[in-house]
Amino acid sequence: MMAKTPVQFSLNGSSAAVFVDDAQNLLDVLRRGVGDLTPKYGCGQGTCGSCTVLIDGEPHLSCLTLAETVEGRSVETTNGLAAGPNLHALQEAFMENFAAQCGYCTPGMLMAAKALLDRTPRPSREEVIEAISGNICRCTGYDPIIDAIMAASGQATRRTG
Amino acid sequence: MVTITTVDTLQEAAASSGQGSSLLGGGTLLMRGVNYGDQDVSRIVRLRQPTPLAGISSEGERIRLGAFATMATIMKSGDTAFLHPVARAVGGPAIRNMATVGGNIFAPHPYGDFAVALLVLDARLRMSDGSEMDLDRLLPVRDTETRLVESVSALRPAGDDFRFLKVTRVKPRGASVLSIAAWLPRRAGRVSGARVAFGAMAPTPVRVPEVEAALEGVNLDQNGIERALQSVANNLNPPDDSLASGWYRKAVAPVHLGRLLLGQGTR
Repeated sequence: MMAKTPVQFSLNGSSAAVFVDDAQNLLDVLRRGVGDLTPKYGCGQGTCGSCTVLIDGEPHLSCLTLAETVEGRSVETTNGLAAGPNLHALQEAFMENFAAQCGYCTPGMLMAAKALLDRTPRPSREEVIEAISGNICRCTGYDPIIDAIMAASGQATRRTG
Repeated sequence: MVTITTVDTLQEAAASSGQGSSLLGGGTLLMRGVNYGDQDVSRIVRLRQPTPLAGISSEGERIRLGAFATMATIMKSGDTAFLHPVARAVGGPAIRNMATVGGNIFAPHPYGDFAVALLVLDARLRMSDGSEMDLDRLLPVRDTETRLVESVSALRPAGDDFRFLKVTRVKPRGASVLSIAAWLPRRAGRVSGARVAFGAMAPTPVRVPEVEAALEGVNLDQNGIERALQSVANNLNPPDDSLASGWYRKAVAPVHLGRLLLGQGTR
């Protein structure tokens, strides 16, 4: 019988406690163990970035993170961005700039962007591109996403079309 | 079924290793294998974090990188500024927060770009049994080596002596079509003691002595490097994969080596 390991961590500021299977990844625990469906399973091999979460404030790929390694650490997902009915500035900017189409990459994009803005509140466009360089979007062509992140940082966007 | 064993020291990890066991570094390669049902992994040995093996220290003209130091840690350290472009080439920010120096040394083709840079920087490994080993001696036997890597000591190059280039088909981040690192110390403008290594051009990162010999005593201009460029294709037999055929890699390698040596398009 597969062993279960108890793991406690902070999820979006609240305490979470789950039993995880051997070799279970964090994405699986978040989605099936805790019920936070915002991080997405895309490729399972660290290529697409749709499962990006913040661990202790830094972006990590939850599909490649052994779940028990987050014991005692802080995990942030897109589920924790909004404050009640008030969306996070990044979420507002993604809506205003049409930065989501199918929406599958959006949670990962938002968390990669949040990590950037938490560290660099007014990033350059190049810094934004670098911050989302591990996240793939097959719909938007990236410009609306970059514009949205620039807008969320209070800077004018460059897109004219 | 995969089981997890958590230990406190690398020596404990080495003692508990065996057939089907893998040491967890950042997980960027091991966990993808687990996710895809890799039958070669039946046991993951995990070092309890935080570990002192994740640090970076300066040792005179050399720098010591703990095997668990991540690419992000390297990019934050002023002591490793010469390695920032190399670490930056290893995936996006999330991957770089996870991927470790030790993991990169054991990364299968076409990964392991950081190890390519270490090869030309005279990397010496401190192993879990306390012994030392040169990186270029480990790489050919890395799949059967039972000792674990504790840390890596590398030379700190001067000026623009050290150069690195990674060629990908997916921008801005992707696995290597090939990567090249070169250490090009010069005396009176002429190359003296060059080291050149390639990634994704062989089953493991490799130095190419014939290219290094062809660079000895030359000026880094088009005429000076011509013989080195010609010797690339003759001395490498790159594998095929979904990114590029061996034929393609062989065809473009001299072009990219030329750009690196002439200081065009390095990063």
